[in-house]
Amino acid sequence: MNVVRHRLFWPVAMLVALLLSNLFFTPDFFSIEVRDGHLFGSLIDILRQGAPLMLVALGMTLVIATSGIDLSVGAVVAISGAMACQQIAGLDDQGAVGGVLVAVALALALSAGLGAWNGFLVSVVGIQPIIATLILMVAGRGVAQVITDGQIVNVNSPPYKTIAAGFLFGIPVPVIIAAGVVALVAVVIRRSAFGMLLESVGGNAGASRLAGIRSRRLIIIAYVVCAVCAGVAGLMVSSTVSSADGNNNGLLIELDAILAVVIGGTSLLGGRFSIAGTVIGALLIKTLDTTVYTIGIPPEVALLFKAVVVVILCLVQSPAFRAKFARRQPAEVTA
Amino acid sequence: MLRKMSAVVLGGVLVAATLAACGGEGSRNSGGGAAAGKDDGKIVMGFSQVGAESGWRTANTKSVQDSAREAGIELKFSDAQQKQENQIKAIRTFISQKVDIIAFSPVVESGWDTVLKEAKDAGIPVILTDRAVDSPDKTLYKTFIGSDFVVEGTKAGEWVKKEFASAAGPVNMVELQGNTGAAPAIDRKEGFASVLGSDPKFKMLASQPGDFTRVKGKEVMEAFLRANKDIDLLYAHNDDMGLGAIEAIEAAGKKPGVDIKIVTVDAVKDGMQALADGKINFIVECSPLLGPQLMELAKKVVAGETVPERVLTEETTFTQEQAKAALPDRKY
Repeated sequence: MNVVRHRLFWPVAMLVALLLSNLFFTPDFFSIEVRDGHLFGSLIDILRQGAPLMLVALGMTLVIATSGIDLSVGAVVAISGAMACQQIAGLDDQGAVGGVLVAVALALALSAGLGAWNGFLVSVVGIQPIIATLILMVAGRGVAQVITDGQIVNVNSPPYKTIAAGFLFGIPVPVIIAAGVVALVAVVIRRSAFGMLLESVGGNAGASRLAGIRSRRLIIIAYVVCAVCAGVAGLMVSSTVSSADGNNNGLLIELDAILAVVIGGTSLLGGRFSIAGTVIGALLIKTLDTTVYTIGIPPEVALLFKAVVVVILCLVQSPAFRAKFARRQPAEVTA
Repeated sequence: MLRKMSAVVLGGVLVAATLAACGGEGSRNSGGGAAAGKDDGKIVMGFSQVGAESGWRTANTKSVQDSAREAGIELKFSDAQQKQENQIKAIRTFISQKVDIIAFSPVVESGWDTVLKEAKDAGIPVILTDRAVDSPDKTLYKTFIGSDFVVEGTKAGEWVKKEFASAAGPVNMVELQGNTGAAPAIDRKEGFASVLGSDPKFKMLASQPGDFTRVKGKEVMEAFLRANKDIDLLYAHNDDMGLGAIEAIEAAGKKPGVDIKIVTVDAVKDGMQALADGKINFIVECSPLLGPQLMELAKKVVAGETVPERVLTEETTFTQEQAKAALPDRKY
């Protein structure tokens, strides 16, 4: 009973149910084989493809914890990838690790700057987060286009390709990066006062300020972390196909990220947040995509299928709905 | 003090904005007047592009812009970034600007009747480029210039039929579709199926949208490779999805073009390179260079001449050898 009451029980149950339904259509769905010393399998695919979403959702969790929201992450994904690819494309030797590292650093610095801009608009200027980040969401794709001159930039750089397609100790590099960033953020947040202060600012910014918390700085940090996470995700997305597409990279990822955060049990009103929940939410969304492909749900119905899964999940997660449902059942038995 | 200053600055900005608006309005009016009077014969065309989702589209945009300049037509260009609402907004803007002619590539097939009716009521002729609309009222637009996507699908299907003519067992195929609901996705699927659908030897194992992008093409292909152990052929509705799929196939330890044969549509430079490298087996061309033909049509329409309802762009197909020969001169 305690397990069922746990905040993450329903998302995890839904994730397991989805994975099991795949097993029904693809019997070796769970098999993980080692090929050339690398891990291969559908589950590994889900982790690898889910890494960018996981990172974006992680940053989104912190911003939502401050009772904000960041709609610009998709644009940041595009800008970061565009910046890195454009830099690498200009190198004399695209295989040079040093040059690639500079490009990556530049892309992440640019992302951090964009995050600081968002944070500045929200906390210093006092614009509502949804409006403040909408500016960059709309304009950001234009920025990405300007960086790449409106073209898809192709790179042929083995070091850059490693970010999304490489392996370390047999594990895909993007999975390691995502796990590392999640662990880092989780440790900083839960082992220092930062997480508590974040929750406090999100719960009641005014009271927090009166209690002596510098909420402005905290909010800016949250947006910067969010943008840097999106920046790393942008590197992954562009690295996976060795090209940057300013128009399509990270398109609508902000909505997937918000959905992942909400599925994970974080309140959009701010305050309480769950990093583990976000990770599960992101995996759930990615599994949903994979399920559509492997089961072969026709594209016309795919969105409906996803919507139904999410609605069911939201309903069973809602205490009010469960209470009603639980009350009705005995009544039906007596009738 | 600060408040006063910002008020002054704001006032300045407002004045500047008003002036700019007046200037814009003025030039527009004179442009419209000139066109209506046909004094200098300068035609103003409003063109709403789908976006810049692929190399193909970029080449298409460039062709339209370049040939407008050459033809002496003033082009008002608008990028819809893949969204129908942006495109409808752009067309409404063109109508209010009183352009002489509107040309656009619809993002999706349906939902255009209202805005096209508005254009018709305003007396502005419309030319569809590259993609069709499903409106039953054919009077809403003058002509449709572009490729026939069904024919493209048919060409791809015929190549597959010939390539696997001697193959005995079932040929397992997977398909990467374009955006759900887009005309090229629907027609290329239909054309392909019309050739191979009735033949029991060819089996379509899976068909999912890859949204015409590399990232999505790779992701979907990865799932296909997991779910189906034995894939003989991949049919991708554009080069970019095929290029993404090549990455997925290589990551799975198979050889694209050999273990899994690949046929795509478009023939952009990156795709042709992959074809020349032997990673793609066959590409059906879908030429984006329709700018000169479009300008020709626009002049005729504005001059009141009758134009055919359907104009096809000239296109061909490429094998690996032909790609090697054509690659050096490939502009896009």
